Amino acid sequence: MTGPSRDGETPKMKEEPKILGLLCRWCSYAGADLAGTSRFIYPPNVRIVQVPCSGRVDPVMIFKAFTEGYDGVLVSGCHPGDCHYGTGNCHARRKLAVARRLLETVGVDPDRMHFTWVSAAEGRKFAEVCAKFTERLKTLAGTEKTLARTGLAS
Amino acid sequence: MARVGVFVCHCGVNIAAKVDVAKVAEEVGKLPEVAFARDYKFMCSSPGQNLVKEAIKEHGLNRVVVAACSPKMHLPTFQKAIAAEGLNPYLISMANIREQCSWVTEDPEEATAKALDLVTRQVKRVAHQDPLEDIDVELNKTAIVVGGGIAGIQAALDIADGDRKVVLVEKSPSLGGKMAQLDETFPTLDCSQCILTPKMVEAAKHPNIEIRVNSEVATLDGYVGNFDVTIRRRATCVDEERCIGCGLCQEKCPVKNVPDEFNAGLANRPAIAIPFPQAVPAVPVIDRERCLKLTKDKCGACAKVCPADAIDYSDEGSEETVKAGAIVVATGYREMDPAVYTEYGGGTLPDVITGLQFERLVSSTGPTGGHLKRPSDGKEPKTVVFTQCVGSRDPSRGHEYCSGICCMYTAKHAMLYRHHVPDGKAYVSYIDIRSPGKSYEQFVRRAIEEEDVRYLRGRVGRIMRLKSGKYRVFTEDSLVGRPVAIDADMVVLASAVEPQAGAVELAQTLGIAYDADGFYSEAHPKLKPVETATAGVFLAGACQGPKDIPASVQQGSAAASKVLSLFARDTLKKSPQVAKVDPTACTGCLTCSYVCHYSAIEQSEFAGRQVAEVVAGKCQGCGACAATCKNKAIALAQFSDDEVFEEMLR
Repeated sequence: MTGPSRDGETPKMKEEPKILGLLCRWCSYAGADLAGTSRFIYPPNVRIVQVPCSGRVDPVMIFKAFTEGYDGVLVSGCHPGDCHYGTGNCHARRKLAVARRLLETVGVDPDRMHFTWVSAAEGRKFAEVCAKFTERLKTLAGTEKTLARTGLAS
Repeated sequence: MARVGVFVCHCGVNIAAKVDVAKVAEEVGKLPEVAFARDYKFMCSSPGQNLVKEAIKEHGLNRVVVAACSPKMHLPTFQKAIAAEGLNPYLISMANIREQCSWVTEDPEEATAKALDLVTRQVKRVAHQDPLEDIDVELNKTAIVVGGGIAGIQAALDIADGDRKVVLVEKSPSLGGKMAQLDETFPTLDCSQCILTPKMVEAAKHPNIEIRVNSEVATLDGYVGNFDVTIRRRATCVDEERCIGCGLCQEKCPVKNVPDEFNAGLANRPAIAIPFPQAVPAVPVIDRERCLKLTKDKCGACAKVCPADAIDYSDEGSEETVKAGAIVVATGYREMDPAVYTEYGGGTLPDVITGLQFERLVSSTGPTGGHLKRPSDGKEPKTVVFTQCVGSRDPSRGHEYCSGICCMYTAKHAMLYRHHVPDGKAYVSYIDIRSPGKSYEQFVRRAIEEEDVRYLRGRVGRIMRLKSGKYRVFTEDSLVGRPVAIDADMVVLASAVEPQAGAVELAQTLGIAYDADGFYSEAHPKLKPVETATAGVFLAGACQGPKDIPASVQQGSAAASKVLSLFARDTLKKSPQVAKVDPTACTGCLTCSYVCHYSAIEQSEFAGRQVAEVVAGKCQGCGACAATCKNKAIALAQFSDDEVFEEMLR
């Protein structure tokens, strides 16, 4: 596998959904590291991009991800109350709640975006979130077609 | 034009066993941005770092990607290495191919493909990174120590001896913590108070230490070197300045039935009381729930007898804000309530007590004056069973972890019991004996071999109260392979070590991480055992995990040395990861200022109109403003849209 493919002729159901993980540096990225340190195996198609805080996640990043061929976007921050920057994770929650509706409007199943909390101590939870999200994405219809119809696909 | 050097680490076999590192280096070398690529066994080692430095010189590299472990681990290492070669330390990026690839992927081919992909992304990203300079900020050289137990006292004394100011904040009315409640200590059997109280007094008298008892940290703002800490003092109704500690008030107080916390509930105290005779400060506190004056507006005896006019019923507590450069968290632990262990009586059997209660029963400052009498009838117990691992190593009802201190204190308890009652029989029921400290194993052997303490390997199944007043303890001796029943006069439960009540709330106030059990997380389990992930906040003692006295003192000193080395500088280098507004694109809506947690965005003027401006010294680099700006007028250094997009898109 070499990243999300950009060709239009993708089969209806790909073997493994490609996931972009936007993880906050303080909790979830460290949680993903802990999954590694604890050797919890999870699907290899998750691509983790570190952000300082889930509050840094701009809805544009999520739309870009879908137009570039990711099948799902996982945004994960610190648990409410645990944000290193106080309230960044709550800003993210509000912003992404609106982004969900926007996704629906442009014809992308909002379930393709998953927003969750993973702390630095939750390595197992991170691996489980990745595995469950992968399974969930397998049950959803492909994004490429809907994106092509709405003219969003690049 | 970017000339990127890529360095792929084997990490011994940690990466190389799953990822074909040579192939990754070869493939990534074909990218147009890459001027040099190679793999090496240990990139973080000195020869590995030299390899990076040499390549920068030889191949004229202006960007570096290291594909190795998590950047949390070694990014600073490689930043220093490239800076030594004259390259800006922010022109580097790390591909996390260990924690997030080789360790979490089953199939070697998939792991190799993923690693190649991750490295490629960092190559694309690093090409868009800008050189950055650290920001100089002022540094306030006062430290706040939260928690006045032995770890906090040690940290405060060491910092104060280094000629820096300390504010020592303690929740309870006195310094001392758990150690003040102990009788004798393992493995030397020296008296706990004899070694602790001089330190308490030293801390109170130290010209560089200010004590705030009955107080807690309410809020924390700012960042390393420049914290604003709000300390909230509870209403105690006694003026600390005026009180002379004579104790007349507690003698005259008509309410005598308040459970005594210091004696672990084994005795009662008046509604106004000095917590224990050696308390520092020796100032009483009124229990607002029990005081007749405060609850029914009757009595007022303490105010009448106080020769110093120190009683003030109108006290409502107070708040102050202290500026500090560093914080040491040393909030300690609490003993688990054995209520869930109903087969042991769940705390309802009077002579089934906890370890801390036993300490008070044998202590000369305890409710029995140091004569071992059982709580129910005051008789001297002739047979005692000490039960270990109550709540420890029991994931179903207690905690999964080992509390670490109970094996040792149980051996001590059994010995102390034998010293108090030479003709008594002491049994210890244990799962394993864990005694890895200095002279610890010898101490346990002494209990078994010289003090005739009978160790039975097995877990107690049930404790039943008999009509005779004795307690039948059902356990086993698994080394012999038979069930055992002992009729005891008293049973001591080694209750688990737990995080303090409110530990999570305090972590949230301080912005530090905690583990699944509620203990505070150190920045690295091996290499940064006293730092937290939040710069300027350090840990000491049992708040970080179960610890005995020597380990708590060590960590207290270690945290103090971290604070002192921080304070040795005159200014601090702050990360250049701050937001910047492009005034030509800013419309001045100031939505960014509403989401900023640090009030770092101010109103400014550009070309005659209102725009937003980021105060770099205040900005902590979370990026909430950048994500909120409708015109994309705000860029966060190190995490600009360009940098994030390049990393996520291929």
